[in-house]
Parts: sequence; structure tokens; C-alpha cells
Amino acid sequence: MSMLPLVALVGNPNAGKSALFNALTGARQKLGNYPGVTVERKAGRLALSDGRPVELVDLPGTYSLDPTSPDEQVTRDVVLGKQEGEKRPDALVIVVDASNLDNHLRFTLELIALGLPTVVALNMVDLATRDGLELDANILSRELGVPVISTVAVRKRGLDHLRQELDGLMNGAPAPYTARPAGDFDTTRNEARRIARAAIVRETPSRRLTAAVDRMLLHPVIGFVILLALLFVMFQAVFSWASAPADMLEGWVTALGEAVTNTLPPGIVHDFLLQGVVGGVGAVIVFLPQILILFFFILMLEATGYMARAAFIMDSLMARVGLSGRAFIPLLSSFACAVPGIMATRTISDPKDRLTTILIAPLMTCSARLPVYGLIISAFIPARTVGWGVGLQGLVMFLLYVFGIVGALVAAWALRLTVTKGESSGFLMEMPKYQWPRPQDLLIGLWQRAVIFLKRAGTIILFTNIVLWVLMSFPKAPDGVRQSEYSIAGRIAGGIHLLVEPIGFNRDISLALLPTMAAREVAVSAIATVYAIDAADDVEALDKGLGERLQGRWSLATALAFLAWFVFAPQCISTIAVTRRETAGWKWTGFMIGYLFVLAYAAAGITYWTAVALGLG
Amino acid sequence: MRLTDLPLRQPAYVDMIDWSALTPSEGQRLREYGLCEGASVEALHHGGFLGKGPIACKVGRMTIAMRRNHAAAVTVRTGPDTGAQDEPA
Ligand SMILES: Nc1nc2c(ncn2[C@@H]2O[C@H](COP(=O)(O)OP(=O)(O)OP(=O)(O)O)[C@@H](O)[C@H]2O)c(=O)[nH]1
Ligand SMILES: [Mg+2]
Repeated sequence: MSMLPLVALVGNPNAGKSALFNALTGARQKLGNYPGVTVERKAGRLALSDGRPVELVDLPGTYSLDPTSPDEQVTRDVVLGKQEGEKRPDALVIVVDASNLDNHLRFTLELIALGLPTVVALNMVDLATRDGLELDANILSRELGVPVISTVAVRKRGLDHLRQELDGLMNGAPAPYTARPAGDFDTTRNEARRIARAAIVRETPSRRLTAAVDRMLLHPVIGFVILLALLFVMFQAVFSWASAPADMLEGWVTALGEAVTNTLPPGIVHDFLLQGVVGGVGAVIVFLPQILILFFFILMLEATGYMARAAFIMDSLMARVGLSGRAFIPLLSSFACAVPGIMATRTISDPKDRLTTILIAPLMTCSARLPVYGLIISAFIPARTVGWGVGLQGLVMFLLYVFGIVGALVAAWALRLTVTKGESSGFLMEMPKYQWPRPQDLLIGLWQRAVIFLKRAGTIILFTNIVLWVLMSFPKAPDGVRQSEYSIAGRIAGGIHLLVEPIGFNRDISLALLPTMAAREVAVSAIATVYAIDAADDVEALDKGLGERLQGRWSLATALAFLAWFVFAPQCISTIAVTRRETAGWKWTGFMIGYLFVLAYAAAGITYWTAVALGLG
Repeated sequence: MRLTDLPLRQPAYVDMIDWSALTPSEGQRLREYGLCEGASVEALHHGGFLGKGPIACKVGRMTIAMRRNHAAAVTVRTGPDTGAQDEPA
């Protein structure tokens, strides 16, 4: 337990707690314009003006101290000091959305009644102004009985003032305010309304931008078409915008490989660097542009407030498979990565709903699958248009994503009829106001993603690939025998091959399947390494790109089966670990791994047999 | 009139809520959204094909979405506010 004074940021969802946390501590917590972005406690350091450090914790948003979902439970436990191994906060910073004062003040009153030293951050005053509201923080402070500071967290406005107030609170300066007793729910609500009315000194009717935009985006038909179109454009862009920077990266990787060849004498070090490191990891790194483009879209969806609209549009469809629109938000987040997606299910109150969503989240195509899809698609699908400027490769990518979504919905439906049977829950959600994402936030978000991806490539992917290279390079094969088959790895793969041969997987794929558990991208680096090693004696093959070499060794049926496998297979240790944590045990985790492998096997098999029957084998 | 029948963008007030039609946690959540007798409401959008989807409505300054079965538990009245509960004397 930390001995530092503890200050907690609390308030309604989407009030700007994490934005304030970032501004005060320099952290980079995820922000998003929808309720339920933060789902766990995060701590950071803040220095008071006398240099004394304070521990500041960012908490999930909640509407009251009566939790209805696991994330809200976290907040309640921390605020009431019930969190294990953690003391009760010494002070609270209550974050309030100034443009939604009536509602947020009710919870504020509930929190003030706890009697802890408190300061209120009247955040988002810029949005209140946009809505034509003029507020008086002094009146608010007088009525609430605690200091109130106007802030705009994302523009770092009001922060010095807020720090000063915290100084005072932490130095035990007796506040000139008195704690007010708690009333029942209706009493506090009426009191909150009265105070809000008193604090709003002027209200001019303003344009209702959000309602006007929603008329399109929430429209039953137009809204649905827009959602589909958005996803479609997203995957077209992943291919068409990425090609130039990806070619450039590929050029660099090739140049690096040549540099290795030119500077090092032939031998084991040379082979290791060329085949294991540059060839393997380089094959993954060239997908950086595609991943950044995908994240650009995801960040835009999250920052504008569209996520909640997507949930609204999808609710009817989700209801049919026994879920609610709210579950669509964690699923959309899983496009980035299933781990935060599964974490985000904490916002779902119904336990069976939540469990179902966790079980299907790995079916959403995460960004780690992008390199695998990208490699196979660019090798086997011609880069031509199918009319109206629609690229065939982007179209196939879109279809793979749709395949994942449909698979997830069908799986949810089947699960809800069997193992997670129960009352279907309702759909209740707050719809945030639209905001324009700020370019610098987007850039920082992309930068963070690039760093994460490169770190992954430089650690887990590199490490797995080095192990693989060693296992693949020894013992040395006699002439006329393929090194990748003769080596230790090759012999292990031979065993796996027996299992996956019926679904059309060749030896290269069998070899890649096991290391791919560490990270999905390893499929790409592993295959690249196999070819680099086998091509070591073949000067001509070295000049060919990875895609070209694949074309020579795989049939189209095999390639398609491999893609189908990747849509379903639970090949990711982190996803398995987070599932174990969030479902508190191996029971459901084991179930998830099992059903996904069975699905993957079946999907790959059906794809392969169909393709062979169509003469593509 | 039920909230489901309220014409779009017509300001109204909540007359009565049939809490028994909602589960305790749904009732709590709606209350936390500020939905209570006397609150101002305005239906903004009906979602889903054939209007069978959720309803987005404004409660106070907040926009919330709920399914039709929940909205059907809310009785509203149009016209000037006479809600005594909203404004304690
Ligand atoms: N205009 C404006 N936007 C803000 C301000 N503070 C935060 N935001 C934006 O509002 C959204 C919500 O901010 P967050 O900090 O994620 O909100 P939160 O309270 O942490 O939300 P939860 O974690 O969901 O409880 C984000 O899109 C922020 O960029 C502000 O003062 N003004
Ligand atoms: Mg947050």
C-alpha cells in the first residue's frame, strides 16, 4: 500500500475524468466520447506546489454509489475504501460535465455527503458555452458547500487553480464549507435541479447540432447503411492508402537485408540476422501503415461520439441474438484488440450478457490479424478494381471482417440458447454529444499505437521468431532435403501436419501454427523465416517477395482455408489470459478455447473442401 | 399517452412511470438518468426497421436510448408543466 496521500477522481461517465487525470499527471489514459471508456482503477503521481507527491486515481464513471455493473463496482469500492489492499481516498475530485449539470449534480451531492475533503471540477465549460449556457462557479460553490473550479480538461484550462485547491485540501486547511447530510434519491435529485437552476445564470437557445446529425446517423435505414459504408471505407482504405508507405518500408527492410549480406561474412550470424531477424520481423513491420490506418478510423469513431450511435443502430440486431446494443461497443473495440474489448465488457450489467460478449469478442478481427490477412490477400487476390473504384483486395478484407462479425453473432445466438441461457437484458444508454476530434489527440493516439506495435515486433515477435529460427536451423539437413522439414521445428510440425492436413494446411502452415499462439503476427514472420531458410541456397528465390514465394508453394484453396482458420482460431495468449481473469477461472476460458478451435477447424475445412471442389486446389 | 406514442420532437413531461414493468436495476438506471415523474422529455429518434428498435429521447439536458418496452412503461403528457414534484415550493 502506498503511503502517499490518495486523491480519487470520481463522477458520472464521460465527464472528462480521464482527460483531467492525463492533464494533471501527464499520463496517457485512453479517452473516448462515450460512457464506459475507463473500466479499471488507474493510478498516477501529481506534485503539489510544495513538491509533495500525491497519488491520483482515475476511476470508471458511475451514476451513483449503487453499482449495476462490474466497472461501477470498482469505483464504489475505491471511494468507500473497500478495495483490498488500498486505503480510503484522503480527498475527492468530483468531475462534473457543465453542460449536463442537473444530472451530474445529483451524484455530486451523494459524494459530498461522504464527508471527505472535496473539490468539484466543473469540466467541459466550453461545451456548455457551445450549448448557450452560462454558469456561475461561485454560486455553485456556495450552494454545494465545497470549492468549485471551472476547467476544460482537454485544453488544460483551470488546472493551476485546481492544483491550488488540492494544495489547500491536502494541507488540511479547514475548508470554510460544511458537509451536508445525505438525503434519499428523490431529495438529492430535486436539490440538484434547484442548484443547477441557480448556477445557470443565462441560457440562450442554441443550434442542436447533435440532434440534427443524429437524424441521419440514427435513421433506421440510412443510419445502418452509413455504418456499413463506414466499415467498408475503412477496409478499402487499409489497402489503398497503405500501399505507398508499405512499399517504402519494404524497400528499407530489403536494403537492411542487403546491408547485412554485404557487411557480414557468410555464416551463422549472417543467416541468423538475415533470416531470423530482418526477414522475419521485417515481414511484420511492413504492415505498420495498414495498422495505423485501421487505428485512425477506430480513434475517430471513439472520439466523435459515434460508438454510442453504432450501439443504438445495432441494438435490434443484437437483440435477436440475445444481446443488447451495448455489447457492440466492446465488440467494435475488439477490432483494435480483443484484450481491451474483453475488459470493456465490464460495463455490461447482466452477467450472462457479459459472459456471452467475452466469449465472442475473439471472433472480431483484431489488428494483429491484419498482417496475416494482408499477406495472404496481397499474394493471392489480384490488386484490381471491381468497378466504381472499389478494390478487390479491400473488398475481400471487408468480407473477412464481416465473416468475423457474422460468426460472432451466430455464436452469440447459439450460446444464448444453450450455455448462457437467460432473460435477455435491456438496452439503456446515454448518448454523448458529438465532438470534433482534436488533431493532436489523434496524432498522439496513432503515435502510441505505432510504438506499441513496434515494441511488440521488437520483443515478443522477435523473441518467438529467434527461438523458431534456432529450432528450424538445426540439425543441418543433408543435400536434397528441405531444411525446414529436417530441423527440430520441422519434425514437430510434421506431427501437427497430420492433424491439419485434412483441412488443406501444408507443412509451412503447420510449422507456423504453434509459435503463432504467442502473437498472431508471428504467422507472418514464421512463414517468412521458413522461406528465407529454405531459399538460402537458392539465389533466385531470394529476390522474390514473400507474396510471390507463397504463390509458388500454396494453392488458392490452401490460402483461403488459412484465412478462414484465422477468422476463428483463438491464437493469442493475452486474450486467453484476460479471459481467465475476467471470467475468474479456467472453466469458461477452456470452453472458449475449445469452441473457437473447433469452429476454426470446421471453417478452414469447409473452405478448403469447397474450394477444391470448385477446382481451386 | 405512452412515451412510445409521443410524436417526435414534441416537448412533454413525465406523468407516471410504471416501475413494476422494469427490473430493479433498470429502474435504478432510468432514475439515475433523471427520468422521474415531472421530468421533461422529448422523443428524438425511433431506431430499428419498422420502428421496432430503441428510442432516443431527451431527458432534461441528456439524450438517452432505451428499448420500446421500457419506454412503454413511461406515461407522458404534453402541454405546460404543472409538475409539482419538479419544483418543490
Ligand atoms: N470539449 C471538451 N471535451 C472534453 C473535456 N474533457 C474531456 N473531454 C472529452 O470528453 C470525452 C470524455 O472524456 P473522458 O476523459 O474519456 O471521460 P471520463 O469521465 O474518463 O469517461 P469514462 O471513463 O467513460 O467514465 C473525451 O472525448 C474527451 O476528449 C472538456 O473539458 N471539453
Ligand atoms: Mg475515463
